[in-house]
Amino acid sequence: MALSFPADCRYADSHETARRDGELVRIGLSAFAIEQLGDIVFVELPEIGAALKAGSSFGSVESVKAVEDLLAPVGGVVEARNEAVLASPEELQNDPYGEGWLLLVRPGDPAEFDALMDAATYGGKVQA
Amino acid sequence: MLAELGLASLEALAASVVPADILLPQEIADEGLPAPCGEAEALAELEAIAARNQVRRSLIGLGYHGTATPALIQRHVLENPAWYTAYTPYQAEISQGRLEALLNFQTLISELTGLPIANASLLDEATAAAEAMALSRAVCKRPAASRYLVDEQVLPQTLAVLQTRAEPVGISLELVDASALAADPAAAAAELAVPDVFGLLLQLPATSGLLWDPAPLLAQARAAGVIATVAIDPLAQVLLAPVGELGASIAIGSAQRLGVPMMAGGPHAAFFATEEAYKRQIPGRLVGQSLDAEGRPALRLALQTREQHIRRDKATSNICTAQVLLAVMASFYAVHHGPEGLAAIARRIVTLRAALAAGLAQVGLAPEAGAGFDTLRLVTPRAPELLQRAAAAGFNLRPGSGNGELAISLDELSTPAELEALLNALAPDGASAAAACAACSAALDHAENPLAGLPLRQRPWLQQRVFHQYRSETELLRYIQRLVSKDLSLVHGMIPLGSCTMKLNAAAELAPVSWPAFAQLHPFAPAEQLAGYAQLSQQLEAWLAAITGFAAVSLQPNAGSQGEYAGLLVIRAWHNSRGQGHRDVCLIPTSAHGTNPASAVMAGLRVVPVACDEAGNVDLADLEAKASEHADQLAALMVTYPSTHGVFEPQIRRICALVHERGGQVYLDGANLNAQVGLCKPGLYGADVCHLNLHKTFCIPHGGGGPGVGPIAVAAHLAPLLPGRDLGIGPVSAAPWGSAGILPISWMYIRMMGGRGLRTASCVALLAANLVARRLEPHYPVLFKGEGGWVAHECILDLRPLQRSAGLVVDDLAKRLMDYGFHAPTVSWPVAGTVMVEPTESESLAELDRFCSAMTAIRAEAEAIAEGHSDPANNPLKRAPHTLAAVSADVWDRPYSRSQAAFPAGSDQQASKFWPAVARIDNAYGDRNLVCTCPTVEELAQPLPLAS
Repeated sequence: MALSFPADCRYADSHETARRDGELVRIGLSAFAIEQLGDIVFVELPEIGAALKAGSSFGSVESVKAVEDLLAPVGGVVEARNEAVLASPEELQNDPYGEGWLLLVRPGDPAEFDALMDAATYGGKVQA
Repeated sequence: MLAELGLASLEALAASVVPADILLPQEIADEGLPAPCGEAEALAELEAIAARNQVRRSLIGLGYHGTATPALIQRHVLENPAWYTAYTPYQAEISQGRLEALLNFQTLISELTGLPIANASLLDEATAAAEAMALSRAVCKRPAASRYLVDEQVLPQTLAVLQTRAEPVGISLELVDASALAADPAAAAAELAVPDVFGLLLQLPATSGLLWDPAPLLAQARAAGVIATVAIDPLAQVLLAPVGELGASIAIGSAQRLGVPMMAGGPHAAFFATEEAYKRQIPGRLVGQSLDAEGRPALRLALQTREQHIRRDKATSNICTAQVLLAVMASFYAVHHGPEGLAAIARRIVTLRAALAAGLAQVGLAPEAGAGFDTLRLVTPRAPELLQRAAAAGFNLRPGSGNGELAISLDELSTPAELEALLNALAPDGASAAAACAACSAALDHAENPLAGLPLRQRPWLQQRVFHQYRSETELLRYIQRLVSKDLSLVHGMIPLGSCTMKLNAAAELAPVSWPAFAQLHPFAPAEQLAGYAQLSQQLEAWLAAITGFAAVSLQPNAGSQGEYAGLLVIRAWHNSRGQGHRDVCLIPTSAHGTNPASAVMAGLRVVPVACDEAGNVDLADLEAKASEHADQLAALMVTYPSTHGVFEPQIRRICALVHERGGQVYLDGANLNAQVGLCKPGLYGADVCHLNLHKTFCIPHGGGGPGVGPIAVAAHLAPLLPGRDLGIGPVSAAPWGSAGILPISWMYIRMMGGRGLRTASCVALLAANLVARRLEPHYPVLFKGEGGWVAHECILDLRPLQRSAGLVVDDLAKRLMDYGFHAPTVSWPVAGTVMVEPTESESLAELDRFCSAMTAIRAEAEAIAEGHSDPANNPLKRAPHTLAAVSADVWDRPYSRSQAAFPAGSDQQASKFWPAVARIDNAYGDRNLVCTCPTVEELAQPLPLAS
């Protein structure tokens, strides 16, 4: 199955995605991570206003066979979270780069975003 | 079998499989072990040992009470191999019977406690309290809080285990007088406001027997953000307002007095219930409802992702095997009695207690005032004399800590005649005895409400149909039979689960468990009454020490996970004793069982993974690198041997030496002991401590998910640190001998087999696994082998090529095996996309043939898909398992025949067909929509009329 890695996203080693949204950064999960997890049954996200630290856990995603920590690709403050995904975890599975976003974050350090992998690098890494 | 493998003898096989530098000659292996004998001789010997136990009427309480086990439940559940030889219900389609019994258990506990989420049992009340402590800390919103307030009236064994469990993870315990705090809101507020406090544990009734209203204190705790747990008595809770409705976040307790004999401390099912909000943090297993492929409701284990086998070092708990058989018994007890019957039992106890109090007051022994359920506390300087007089009349009462008090705990078996006998024993003379009895009778006839002033249960409860339909023995017998008929167990065929060792649980081994001389003993009875148990455990400890090559054994841990935990604590304590307490790194191979890292974290250790090489063995270079990197902090290595890949790694001595050279200790996970009993000894090839699974290697049946026993054996330098010894770590189980009541099973096994038999058994286990590997290798690659191409007692078959060629996943094979009448091997562990097969020594060649034929036939079915002859989405594997309903429906629209679906092994199968009760279960649906109690009357379309 061919997975897609949109060019306008950046990617973390731990498979979270980041995409610029004006001054903010929209955080999600890559299609590779979704495929590995299988059927998503539960997502845990922080409250609005929570502080994120790049590389640290901000929540978890649970499938029938695994629970994985979600690690922040960039640090910052949570401006919004996707209540739809919390209510229906399948949304994350069905549209990870669109309706299945996780958090909208006001980033602290712009350098953290630039340090993430681009689509080509990430795609090469996970599909090797 | 030997000829097929080209071997001359079993000894030749052993020499080929077991590395030469650890294989022992028979004489050394036999040391310290008896010569073999037959069933009758072993039973006679054990009877003589049992006769040294004295069965008295124990009215000690302290968490263990007399109970009337319904004879039907004794014979048809506890003594029924169809119930007790089943495995944990991971293959849910062939486990619907015990899953339903566990759902009933969860429903009972949820209804009792008023908390919606109840699990399918924990190991005992004391470890349940420790789990509550851990959950409280995890969910409490006070950052870095590390203090746990504990009611000083908590059961003494609970406090002892809490102390053991708190210290390694940096929790400090603070004892509080909870009933006093309940009466002083200002003081309570002050205690709860301390920011370091994350939780509170209450015991109701108190150990003293006192009952008080916890609602105000629970409300204060909730308002302060402190997580409150109440340890309850299940029979008392029948009459009292559910603690969940009074504000508790967690409720725990033991289900022992719901029809399970005391058995000198266990095994018993403990229960744990909590709020909806914490359902993803709850320890242990949770049965939930889902749907199967045909749209019918089906049960399964839900939310497994939190458990150790998936979450590993981030698991909510290290618990694996629980106490399923005992939970099933308690659930049928409740089904049989129903809410009315349970209330009648509870009320009778309350009434008898009040009557006894009236009688005692008559002879100047008025008990401590205050409401209570079953226990009376007498403060009197005459306590020693009274205890003796009661003992002479056949009663064990509870001595106080000093010599100034005693207590009496009544139970389901108490009667007015018993009260009379007690009063006759305790009264100073005949005249006052008569007066006391008269006062007692009068109180029985004119019962006031002794529980007045306490919040009582108001609303009808336990209204689910199942607690009303089976009140007669005839009905209950058929319900029990209907359920067990849905479950596949060793009574049907081989269960080749790798690393589970599903071997014969012989009837002669099980029989003594039911003897009153073992079953009716109270764990805290006077030592001289437990002399039989003392002798049994000493002998069993000596034999296990001989088998493992170690100096000493503790039988206390009541599951393998608890043995791991205890073993790691012993290692930590040893380092501490030598001023090396800073050592906290635990090296664990990535192939290890999930309980290993989970236990390490609970023991306060930091987990550092060690890689495996392509052969599946511990990567020596990585081990050396990691051990050197962390040499100053190295506490231990946890190694499984033979490995979880089923291989006797040839470098085991070097592995142990590498760790010792850097100051660490070697913990050996003994789950795979069945490959080495009588052939080699961990204590001789470098381990310092190992755990054993008596419910694997030593024939205690798996029970459908427990009970288990996980003793640890240690080298001489660690012996003083065993639980219960002078310098020892604290207790890890509530009862001193853990699950004492099932130790006779392993005693019988070792006694009958003797050294010679044990060695032969291990050889045959190796033979069976190698035969299966050889037969199936042309069809499924065998993933890891030792030198010479041999496997140990289990082999891993790789199914990943079938994913590529035919789009099949491991589950497809597991479910298709059900159609052939088999329980699948271990699925996707330790390697994803594989199955691990452990036939054990107990299976005949005919059964091994049957299994290999099934696996071969399935391989051909897969090949048909790969070659395009079968529809990749609509074939016997993808659509497995096939129910009777599907196969006998009027419409059959599948591209393969009904007989291929349900009788793939041919017409021979028709005589012995086992029908899966449900079709393949939707796991995602079940985890997204958690339902873990029976539907209520409101939830059903129409409530059933209550049985008359």
